[in-house]
Amino acid sequence: MDVSGLPVERNARPYLIGLGLALILTAIPFALVATHALTRLTALIIIAVAAIIQILVHLGYFLHIGFRSTPRENLVAIAFTAVLIIFMVGGTLWIMFDLYYRMMV
Amino acid sequence: MTSATMTDAPSISSEKYEEKAFGFWIYLMSDAIIFALLFATYVVMLGNTAGGPTGKELFSLERAAGETTLLLLSSTTFGFASVALAASERSRVLLWLVVTLALGAGFLFLEYREFSGMIAQGAGPDRSGFLSSFFTLVGTHGLHVSIGTLCILVMIGQVLVKGLTTPVVSRLARLGLFWHFLDIVWVAIFSVVYLPGLL
Amino acid sequence: MDIFGRLTLDSLPFYSAIAASGAAATVLGALSVMAVITYFGAWRLVLFDWVSSIDHKKIGIMYIMLALVMLMRGFIDAAMMRSQQAIAYNNDGYLPPGHFDQIFSSHGTIMIFFMAMPFLSGLINLITPQQIGSRDVAFPFMNSVSLWLTTAGAGLVLISLVIGKFSTAGWTGYPPYSGAEYNPGVGVDYWLWAVLISGVGSTMSGINFLVTIIKCRAPGMYLFRMPLFTWTVFVTSVLMIFAFPALTVACCMLALDRTLGMHFFTNAMGGNMMNYINLFWLWGHPEVYILVLPAFGVFSEVVAAFSQKRLFGYISLVLATMAIGLLSFTVWLHHFFTMGSSADVNSFFGIMTTIIAVPTGVKVFDWLLTMYRGRIIFKPSMLYTIGFLVTFVIGGLSGVLLAMPPVDYLMHNTTFLIAHFHNMIIPGVLFGYLAGYMFWFPKAFGFKLNEKWGAWSFWCWIIGFYLAFMPLYVLGLMGMPRRMEHYDIAAWQPHLIIAAIGAFIILLGIVCLIVQLAVSIRDRKQALDLTGDPWNGRSLEWATSSPPAPYNFAVLPQVESVDAFWNMKERGVAYERPDHYVEIVLPKNTFIGAFIGGAVFVFGFAMVWYIWWLVILCLAAIVLALIVRASDDQSNITMPASTVQAIEDERFAQLAKAPRNEMGDEPGFVGEPVPEVST
Repeated sequence: MDVSGLPVERNARPYLIGLGLALILTAIPFALVATHALTRLTALIIIAVAAIIQILVHLGYFLHIGFRSTPRENLVAIAFTAVLIIFMVGGTLWIMFDLYYRMMV
Repeated sequence: MTSATMTDAPSISSEKYEEKAFGFWIYLMSDAIIFALLFATYVVMLGNTAGGPTGKELFSLERAAGETTLLLLSSTTFGFASVALAASERSRVLLWLVVTLALGAGFLFLEYREFSGMIAQGAGPDRSGFLSSFFTLVGTHGLHVSIGTLCILVMIGQVLVKGLTTPVVSRLARLGLFWHFLDIVWVAIFSVVYLPGLL
Repeated sequence: MDIFGRLTLDSLPFYSAIAASGAAATVLGALSVMAVITYFGAWRLVLFDWVSSIDHKKIGIMYIMLALVMLMRGFIDAAMMRSQQAIAYNNDGYLPPGHFDQIFSSHGTIMIFFMAMPFLSGLINLITPQQIGSRDVAFPFMNSVSLWLTTAGAGLVLISLVIGKFSTAGWTGYPPYSGAEYNPGVGVDYWLWAVLISGVGSTMSGINFLVTIIKCRAPGMYLFRMPLFTWTVFVTSVLMIFAFPALTVACCMLALDRTLGMHFFTNAMGGNMMNYINLFWLWGHPEVYILVLPAFGVFSEVVAAFSQKRLFGYISLVLATMAIGLLSFTVWLHHFFTMGSSADVNSFFGIMTTIIAVPTGVKVFDWLLTMYRGRIIFKPSMLYTIGFLVTFVIGGLSGVLLAMPPVDYLMHNTTFLIAHFHNMIIPGVLFGYLAGYMFWFPKAFGFKLNEKWGAWSFWCWIIGFYLAFMPLYVLGLMGMPRRMEHYDIAAWQPHLIIAAIGAFIILLGIVCLIVQLAVSIRDRKQALDLTGDPWNGRSLEWATSSPPAPYNFAVLPQVESVDAFWNMKERGVAYERPDHYVEIVLPKNTFIGAFIGGAVFVFGFAMVWYIWWLVILCLAAIVLALIVRASDDQSNITMPASTVQAIEDERFAQLAKAPRNEMGDEPGFVGEPVPEVST
């Protein structure tokens, strides 16, 4: 814990592990698009899954967010933001695609 | 009370730094909402090409890979700067901040070339709704990276002039949060914009 | 390149007598403020003690001053609309349509962004740090920036009366009408920049208040010991932080469309106009809860104080507030039921809208049960509270009606809707803030407001409200659309005449507020608040002196229960004198916040008029100011222990001379607990 109250890393290792994982999780989707090896739907799913995992890698290895190391209020803030993003983005997509279907808008 | 009875106080309590970091974290949450809504708009307007060029015709996998690599490496090098900061090694902090600055500038240069190339071909943000949302989403991220790069420059100056004082360390911690956050947004950008666009 | 962009002499309002008089009034208003300050020789005071202050109490007072001025400005719009509609049966009235459209647009914009938001920010700023036992908000400098950004936005709206015109696109600015094709002039741009600028200020305030409440509470002030006003501020801050980004995105996209020719919301070229409405209301619905939740918090405080009874149902009030906060993000489509969504979508949002009424109902019952078996004291704040309880429920009922999509199809955009939301905002938001203003005025200034004029203001406001808005429900059911500049249905006119009379009575209410302030200042020596606790209060803000010392608390209080100050009085430790004082670190005054506000104002003006060199200059100035501030490690000052001691000694001397309890002479005063004063 440093002056900011957040977990701090004195070791370069987490960053190197994070970099390695991120590179793999980037290479796979890029390769899929470069080679068009799978169907569009499958490729999209793999891209999405790889993105989510890579974001978690960033949160864990670069931002050192952990259930025990990060203060509770910061974790609550992320969780609340995630919930709101689901409402707002999900709601927007539902509304706008429903309107498109009915009104071609 | 008169100002003659007041004296300048250089030291603030440590709680103040925790408050600043938490406040910055909350600001990042509000920024996440802005990006989320820009992404939602992009998806909604994917098909609104108005007879103009689509992503498939405009995006370049190589350039996206280059931008991704530069930004990812810059996150790692900022991490190295943070490690040096925790060990109070001033010259290593400066070294890794300069490397991060260069990588960030490189990312911005690639993006500038991408945007100006598209505009030159008549595929600017005023060509269609799809392009407006593309330029605004990716451009807002680029604007954040520009501001972050400027902040890295300012912090290099502060480290040179003031050394690794507590206020400087606190500011670098917040800048680190900002920089890593921007790389997270970029992961979403290439996963939602470039890769599906090129499939 | 034109050095003045698209600004020309034609932009001055000499094309119409009404516009010219509006401009003249604005200019004269500004000049007379400066004249008054000069007359009293108060420039040093105004600049060095107020404009450059980053003390939350002073910032709070300045916010409220802005709100009260803009209340009058926005009311003039309302009076003009009411008088126009009362006479404009089969004739054009006195307001041409273009002007009428600017008026309804500025009325809504001013009342929401420049009256209600500053009012709540002001009350929160003044009181919340004291209620949690803190010395200031978490980010005093950012607090100052928020204030001056809001003022910059208000300035843009005011200057649109003098140079150019204001928007005619309503306070909501729907495209494509608000886009460049149909509205190439400056009006919508003034609106956009005023809203964007003040929105950034509000987002920053939300972050500030949230961090303050989470991180700056006094020892022992656990979350479930906080006063209800603090709880509502906490949820309001969450809403401010998470809702304003949606407004920023919507308005930035509209600005990009208008200024850079993009196609987010244009009629052709791939624009999607419904997305604006979706994004705008994603913000717009949480916004109305941002407006009303602090007012609910005020009512909680007032009803407990003037029923002389502990607030009923603390936990249910807290949970209801949290539920309202979360649910407020799930209902936004009810603002556009009629715009083409399928039954599935409409039903979902209709059901969620009906559900969100429930926690507010819980709160109403909690307030009523607080009053039940209490010993009511009818101070003006309590009158406003009781008036709210009765009137707001009616508005809530009309809301539940509108929540049903089939009903909304009939009522949408009629005056029924206007009546509904004014029925929420006036008794809910405005009465709450006026109650808070009168409740906490002594804390801010050290003397009480005149109660007779306060009571008259209430009666004028509530009678005026019913007369002005109940006819609008009837008119809506008769089919009258909103925003009508003239009409040809005879049956409408009597109702509109009654509504105009109601507006006139509200004007009397505003006059009563002005007289109240003038009389109170004149008579202040007879109404001094010597103890800091004029109402026998329950929460910690009543423990400080009135007005408080710059540091609020010389020694941070140790909190042992909910109703922390009441508990201290019961235990006999309310006014304990410490044996020694320590030095206190305070933030230094700075002009940078006001400078940024000024630069942002000029930036906004330059963006409106396309004066690009000035835009770049202002941006550079703002960036420079921020870098200067971010490099400043000497931004605090230490008040030595001897100064603290001197201030506190004076306070205890005043306490010794004060009556045992300031409510002692009040008929019906129950009396407990009597605070102990150390000698």
